[in-house]
Amino acid sequence: MATISLEEVRKIYAGGVEAVKGVSMDIADGEFIVLVGPSGCGKSTLLRMIAGLEEISAGTIRIGDRVVNRIDPADRDIAMVFQNYALYPHMSVYNNLAYGLRNRGVPKDEIDRRVKEAARILEIGAFLERKPKALSGGQRQRVAMGRAIVREPAAFLFDEPLSNLDAKLRVQMRVEIKRLQKSLGTTSVYVTHDQLEAMTLADRLVVLNGGAIEQIGDPISVYEQPASTFVASFIGSPAMNLIPVSVRDGRAILDSETAAGGAGLSGPDLGNGAGYTLGVRPEHFVPASERPAGPGDLSLTVTTTVLEPVGAESYLYATIGGDSATTGTVANSAAPHVVIRVPAAARHQPGEVLSFTAPADRIHPFDKTTGKRIPR
Amino acid sequence: MKRAQFSSPLLPYFLLAPQLAIIFIFFYWPSAQAIQSSFYIEDPFGFGATFVGLENYTTVLGSSEYLRIAQFTLVFTLIVTFLSLSIALVLAVKADAVLTGASTYRSLLMWVYAIAPPVAGLMGIMFFDQHIGPLVDLAALFGWDMRVGVNYYDTAFAMVVIAVWKQIPYNFIFFLSGLQAIPKHLREAAAIDCRSELRRFWTVTLPMLAPTAFFLLIINMTYALFDTFGIIDVVTRNEPANNPLTLVYKVYLDGFRSNDLGGSSAQSVILMIVVLVLTMAQFRFIERRVHYG
Amino acid sequence: MSRFKPLDHLILMLGAFVMIAPVVMAFLTSTHSAVEIHQNGLMLSLGDEFLSTYGKVLTHKGGFTGQVTGMTMLMNSLILGVGFAVGKIILSMLAAYALVYFRMPLASLFFWIIFTTLLLPLEVRILPSYEVVQGLGMLNSYSGLIVPLLASATGTFYFRQFFRSVPEELVEAARIDGAGPVRFFLDILVPISRTMIAAIFIIMFVYGWNQYLWPTLMTNDEGYYTLVRGIKTILLAWIGSNIPEYNEAFALTILAMLPPVLIVVVFQSWFIKGLTESDK
Repeated sequence: MATISLEEVRKIYAGGVEAVKGVSMDIADGEFIVLVGPSGCGKSTLLRMIAGLEEISAGTIRIGDRVVNRIDPADRDIAMVFQNYALYPHMSVYNNLAYGLRNRGVPKDEIDRRVKEAARILEIGAFLERKPKALSGGQRQRVAMGRAIVREPAAFLFDEPLSNLDAKLRVQMRVEIKRLQKSLGTTSVYVTHDQLEAMTLADRLVVLNGGAIEQIGDPISVYEQPASTFVASFIGSPAMNLIPVSVRDGRAILDSETAAGGAGLSGPDLGNGAGYTLGVRPEHFVPASERPAGPGDLSLTVTTTVLEPVGAESYLYATIGGDSATTGTVANSAAPHVVIRVPAAARHQPGEVLSFTAPADRIHPFDKTTGKRIPR
Repeated sequence: MKRAQFSSPLLPYFLLAPQLAIIFIFFYWPSAQAIQSSFYIEDPFGFGATFVGLENYTTVLGSSEYLRIAQFTLVFTLIVTFLSLSIALVLAVKADAVLTGASTYRSLLMWVYAIAPPVAGLMGIMFFDQHIGPLVDLAALFGWDMRVGVNYYDTAFAMVVIAVWKQIPYNFIFFLSGLQAIPKHLREAAAIDCRSELRRFWTVTLPMLAPTAFFLLIINMTYALFDTFGIIDVVTRNEPANNPLTLVYKVYLDGFRSNDLGGSSAQSVILMIVVLVLTMAQFRFIERRVHYG
Repeated sequence: MSRFKPLDHLILMLGAFVMIAPVVMAFLTSTHSAVEIHQNGLMLSLGDEFLSTYGKVLTHKGGFTGQVTGMTMLMNSLILGVGFAVGKIILSMLAAYALVYFRMPLASLFFWIIFTTLLLPLEVRILPSYEVVQGLGMLNSYSGLIVPLLASATGTFYFRQFFRSVPEELVEAARIDGAGPVRFFLDILVPISRTMIAAIFIIMFVYGWNQYLWPTLMTNDEGYYTLVRGIKTILLAWIGSNIPEYNEAFALTILAMLPPVLIVVVFQSWFIKGLTESDK
């Protein structure tokens, strides 16, 4: 069990490409941290630097009290689960689990005890003599987990361990990983590009973009208070609606000429002028008939295009504007699109003109140029 | 590109050392020697050598015998390459097309690969033997008085037959695995788009096979140039006399029989250049395939 | 697309016949006596001289050569084939391992030094190679037969391709499991290369066994003759003989092709995999 701390960690490749740009964070003992971001954001590189598989160009990484920058992966007291599992194909499951322990000179009966224990926890006892080739994807995943568990390491590192599984198995293993991590209490760093996986697993999320940390926080606060348009659009599905606006006399006006509606935005930092992006989650729109716009609320008139039922609810795709728009023109394709969650019972046809409002405290203002959240 | 994984100061050099040592002693050193001695004429009694510049080259290239051998080598190489490639292609296409017994045919057609060229040559000359050879009897039926080892063209004919026979299996293995690597859905798409089987072969199958075919083209040319040495040595029964020869055989003759070190070396260097051009073409092609494939 | 095609089968059968018939005839003929062959030509039936001819070729000195038996030549061929294949596999696995898995300042230089050898076959530098081996006192020795043939990077090329296709996570997992370079090589890389090693062994064994020009130059002591090298002596003995020993010549031919043909046929799938997957 250990804390992990990163201080201004950088990775600069020989060609001069900076894959990780000065990342600092502290991971508490027993915490489950998820690094999430699109491909190429540096999340895997960061994880591999913690593992010792990638050299650290600058900065310091500590595991426990020890600076590990120059320490071999085998001596960092970590275990890693790989995306393709990286099981040794010529060894039985038992030997796959035991190999690392043998290399460290763990006594034979101790190895046997640990392997049996891990096999019991992961329910792979029946396959111990099989080769990885003879196992299903889910079983291989468990073996890869087992290889990490038997080492009883200070930290688990997961590199997209579930992305080779089918959807159903992925959900099942996700729950299992969380349960296992909680019961073992081992500090874990988990890399994924799947925001849902990140949300469900993490004690704290680290959203990475272009090699730098965009936001750190627990999943709910990241979801509810995204620090930037990048985080806003990356976390949550369907993504948060981002509507470009200008502000005139305290009221937000949509940038597109044809648009109707607007929001009375107040607050110390929202002065007049262009350059804002308003974010609203699909589930925060309410039909105007149910909740008329109050002061500071956003109201929108939209023309529906597609209704997408997903079962428990439906998502309405629409363009901003409509027949009642000030310009009077029909909604055109250049108008911004929005996604609105509606009840599953809703039966909208394409081309309907509807009005929605969103409460003031559900509107997220961002600076249009920097993309950063504007505090209210 | 793989990330290098270990950084050990000495170990990789120890690992490379045996291979590098052998390569330096038995590849680079002799190659350099060949190039060097191609510019010298050795004293016949072994008292040193005289630098003569390009004289060895001009002598070789000016010799009508050498040019005749070069001409034969060219014709021989082209015929052997063409025949062994095309026969193997036909067989591979047929073996790929039949659904039953494809692997049996593959087994039956491929194993001659393992026979050494001189062994094939020895079998060949017995089949072309004046007394016992069935192929001579067969030719006689068509009024062809075949005299392998005596008549220049008959001997060349026997060499070609043996060389092609020996090389078909190799090409067949590659063509068949190339054909089997063509994705099934592509064939199915082609079958929907085009009714004529022959047209499908020319427009879909053959282009997909082009990388294999090009690879084999170079391999077959080097085979015909070098690996047929054993066949030629056996068919000429160690008596080159007036028989058709290839350039490699000539290098061997001048170097080991006539002790003409300079001339033989100059011929070696000429051959080196030929092979270099061939393999460079191959490397360039493979590289292109890596980039765009 | 799944119709039965008699013409295709006919063509294939014809091809198979052309490939197989000469060897079968050679074998059948080898079981008859020389006189019989001389009178009647090649045979299509099994004769009764099989044991005596093959026994004589294998165990009697003399015949085509003065001092060696077929058995000795068979042994020499085996030594050349196995020695060459094993040497090649060891050298090229080590070199390919260094090239693929290590960070080295001069890596690309070594790469070019090694792979340039693919450009030029032994035949174009045969005379100076002979002189080098002569200078080292290696004429008429097994090492002289085998070692110079190892000076080419074919095996290294194959193994390099294969190592590069091994998932990178495997070495990373091994490093986390505490395996250093030597342990990773022995515990992981060699075992997972088994099929590749087998395939290359077959290809190289056949290549070594079938060598002709180099052994012809290298050995004039009959004690080092291989079966393929022995072909040359058959030719020399033939010239000027009244009734050539056709049966013994055919028997020797069959013996010279039997081991490589067997190994290729028996391990066919490995062999094809190794041969065709390494051209990339």
